[in-house]
Amino acid sequence: MVEKRAFISGNEAVAAGVCLARPHVIAAYPITPQTTVIERLAEMVEDESLRAEYLHVESEHSALSACIGASAVGARTFTATSSQGLLYMAECLHYASGGRFPVVMMNANRSVALPWNIYGDQRDSLSLLDCGWIQAYAEDAQESLDMILHAYAIAEHPDVLTPMMINLDGFVITHTYELVTIPAQSDADLFLAPFQTSNKMDFDSPMSLGFTAGPAYNQAFKQLQHLAMLSASRVIREVEEKFGQLFKRNYSGLLETLYCDDAEYIIVTLGSVAGTLRPVIERLRALGERVGLVRIRYMRPFPLEEIRKALAGAKAVGVLEKDISFGFEGTVYTNVNSALMSANLMRPRLRNFIGGLGGKNISAQDVEMMFSRLKSSDEGERVEFI
Amino acid sequence: MNFPERNRSFKPPKELKDYPVGTAFPAGHLVDTNAAWRSLRPVIDAIKCSNCLICWLLCPDGVIHRNSEGGLEIDYDFCKGCGICSKECRQKAIRMESEGE
Repeated sequence: MVEKRAFISGNEAVAAGVCLARPHVIAAYPITPQTTVIERLAEMVEDESLRAEYLHVESEHSALSACIGASAVGARTFTATSSQGLLYMAECLHYASGGRFPVVMMNANRSVALPWNIYGDQRDSLSLLDCGWIQAYAEDAQESLDMILHAYAIAEHPDVLTPMMINLDGFVITHTYELVTIPAQSDADLFLAPFQTSNKMDFDSPMSLGFTAGPAYNQAFKQLQHLAMLSASRVIREVEEKFGQLFKRNYSGLLETLYCDDAEYIIVTLGSVAGTLRPVIERLRALGERVGLVRIRYMRPFPLEEIRKALAGAKAVGVLEKDISFGFEGTVYTNVNSALMSANLMRPRLRNFIGGLGGKNISAQDVEMMFSRLKSSDEGERVEFI
Repeated sequence: MNFPERNRSFKPPKELKDYPVGTAFPAGHLVDTNAAWRSLRPVIDAIKCSNCLICWLLCPDGVIHRNSEGGLEIDYDFCKGCGICSKECRQKAIRMESEGE
């Protein structure tokens, strides 16, 4: 078996990645723009190119519940959803993380009603940042496929045992066709060992699962979840290093930087919009402007030290996000600001750009406008809708 | 008879490392006898009992045990007196008696 190159959508890349990970159980409910992931997986199970139990469930709540149940007997599981479906899962998200079941889920980032809208923004997943899941944001189809393989290695690591959500911008990644390298199954098997856990129902070692913990003991479990999530930072680096050695595709951990070494004006963002920023930044650099990019790849665990390091020399920083916490600011901005405030650094001027809500286009001209705002010493609006 | 061990001592966790990963732990909920608040007690009539085992299957607390002679015994240290065994018994061989009489 050899790796192959295919012209596929982000959703199909995710399905290819899931297939390579050999999950035992897939349970999902269709929702735009996630549908083609689970359609493709259903076809693979049907034609037996993927040997897995495919559960047709009646809701997203059931989809994740089924994955939790399967994970509780030691099965590798996958589900996918988007927007309203993710919110419908909200209760189960905490069950999965609290029970330490390393379910892997793809979420197609999509606007949340009302007004009804099927296009991409990140208010669905960012509003669930505190549910105890590792949250990753991909930029393109190749990274989406690779992140699925990373996800099982990270989530199932004994020091982590925490579920992971991989976010793809609705339509912009999920439905855009790109040339993607699909690893050979034999290489994927080398990279990803079968799931092993003692946190399961087992005839040879019977245990009580999903128990109660009252006031005296409950907080310790939450503290352990927090520590496991912090450990994920190290495990993510280890997993990406191993992946790089095997597949010659290298990733940069919790965030990626572009020209941050000498950049005075930096935009911090996440997801596919980084692809819009890159050519603008190259053009501005060619004109001698010291601009740079931070692309957050993981919102949880949050790249605390990495953010501080990347922004240490900046005069002004803009956080561009497809999210707003009404009455305050964008959640990514809150996190970035907190990382800087709690460090003993010269703090750059910070601005929050809210864009792309409900799929509103963010153009190259918008990016140029944001950089010119950063260069202006005028404080302006702290939170600006573009 | 495989009655659970009674009043096993429970060592509460002191440090984080004493806690299990996730909510999975060898079952420890039957460490203390717990039935003092039962108001009705099921009593099996061995003559009427056909040994069909429906009560053994359906007891929600798993407190009906098969003894070495093949008969059934109820573990009153853990029986909550819910009466499901009595209701489900096809032979009407389990009566609910008032406690304290």
